[in-house]
Amino acid sequence: MSYSNLKRVDLIFDKECNPKEIIKNTWAKSNDQIINELLESGLKGRGGAGFPTALKWKYTAEQPEPDKYIICNADEGEPGTFKDREILFKVPQKVFGGMVVGAKVIGAKEGFIYLRGEYRFLLPELEAQLEIFHASLKDLKIDFRIKIIMGSGAYICGEESALFESMEGHRGEPRNKPPYPTISGFRSKPTVINNVETLVYAFMICMHGARKFKDLGTADSRGSKVFSISGDTPKAGIYELELGMTVEQFVEEFGDGDTKAVQVGGASGFCVPRKKFKETIIGFEGVPTGGSMMLFNSSRSMFNVLHNYLEFFEEESCGQCTPCRVGCQQLILGIEAVKKGERHANYLEHLQKLAQTMKITAKCGLGQSVANSFFSIVENFKEEMIY
Amino acid sequence: MPEIKELVKNLAGKHGRTRESLIPILQGVIHEERYISDEAMTEIARELDISAAQVYGTATFYSFLDTQPRGKYVIRVCRTISCAMKGKNLITHEIEDMLKIKIGETTQNKKFSLLETNCLGWCHKGPAMLINDEAFTDLTAEKVREIINQYMKK
Ligand code: SF4
Ligand code: FES
Repeated sequence: MSYSNLKRVDLIFDKECNPKEIIKNTWAKSNDQIINELLESGLKGRGGAGFPTALKWKYTAEQPEPDKYIICNADEGEPGTFKDREILFKVPQKVFGGMVVGAKVIGAKEGFIYLRGEYRFLLPELEAQLEIFHASLKDLKIDFRIKIIMGSGAYICGEESALFESMEGHRGEPRNKPPYPTISGFRSKPTVINNVETLVYAFMICMHGARKFKDLGTADSRGSKVFSISGDTPKAGIYELELGMTVEQFVEEFGDGDTKAVQVGGASGFCVPRKKFKETIIGFEGVPTGGSMMLFNSSRSMFNVLHNYLEFFEEESCGQCTPCRVGCQQLILGIEAVKKGERHANYLEHLQKLAQTMKITAKCGLGQSVANSFFSIVENFKEEMIY
Repeated sequence: MPEIKELVKNLAGKHGRTRESLIPILQGVIHEERYISDEAMTEIARELDISAAQVYGTATFYSFLDTQPRGKYVIRVCRTISCAMKGKNLITHEIEDMLKIKIGETTQNKKFSLLETNCLGWCHKGPAMLINDEAFTDLTAEKVREIINQYMKK
């Protein structure tokens, strides 16, 4: 495959790697050395929020509490995101490796993988891989175990505190923050929770050193990232690419020649219209993304796209707070009314105010991020909302 | 319902009797029964010594923990955007046609239930569906007919 203007990277899926060796070498280092290496690399969480991984580990390590946990968040559910499945399928040992290194740094004896229910078919193979992993830990005389917890089909459980609730046997309803998981997470103990991709990159940095990672990307968005690409594209699939490209470069590579919009970051992300392709950088200085990239060509109605997203949020809202629970429903009814001509086009402005209110008042990321797709689609494709 | 009692007891023996065991037990009931009946919920509540309302509250939160009777094979067709763009409607219609049921319903012989679900994580290979735990991708009307026919014979 030709990559005219994008740099393809092969850190994650590169099979040339002996996890046991990396673990052994990492064990020879001090925790401060590991944290400094990670800090130096500039690795930020790959789930979308982008918190520096080194700091998360450092804060948790500093907690005096003896019981701590490390959790791998494998509950990706953002429409358009499917990279973690591929990572877990192809390089599970690297994911476990990232977890045991994290466990060393923070002082955890136990780790958990929270796997989304939709990926249950991965379970037998993952369990088999875990057995191999645990055996090599035993060889290395490292006292650490990983257990896989199955989700039951709830997008909101990807939110870290909802995930803890679910692991504790409750409805997956997000908790108030603070306290943050670094202080009070699973079982109210200090917890590091990282997504699958973040853990693998942390492990790869232990293997290659900070330099190799840091030399990739831009000042704000270091390194490479796994993208899952779907929609109107002849090259749908999973790609590990250097960060810092513009949407235009991306579309040149992955578009079908008629791309009118790219949804960066899934349903909770931002819609970038054609006229902004050139100026928009994919990364923290432009549009951040957990990895989902959806392309739409001119045969698509952006009204339908927005409607589908809103239905998704309406159904996946945990219902705990009013702005999100009622807001999602009202946004759907609102855009339907405008489309049918029952409301004047000005009504869209009221709806935007409602979305803004949700952004400010909703308790967790789900309700807060509805505004992202809503604003960016309504602003950029207003005619399609009306006619 | 002695069998349910037995099943719940076994599951509790396997997963433990703390609150953290609740979801694994519910998942175990689903695996055996395809849905969680009122009796099962009452039994679980008794076994874990929590209120039935708590069991109900947790069970109804999750889309895979059905509290209505379902068929032996639960078909979940993805309705989210990438699959919708690639023609998931065609797939759903094909299944409705073959099984003579609508979304949300179960066939008379209790063999199949048809549901819609949100993104399954196969967006690059849409339309996609799950039958119980197994994923099927790149669906066409033809492919779906073949798959369902296979399951009919099971
Ligand atoms: S914003 Fe939505 S999902 Fe988040 S806590 Fe409130 S109701 Fe639940
Ligand atoms: S949109 Fe159907 S699997 Fe993701």
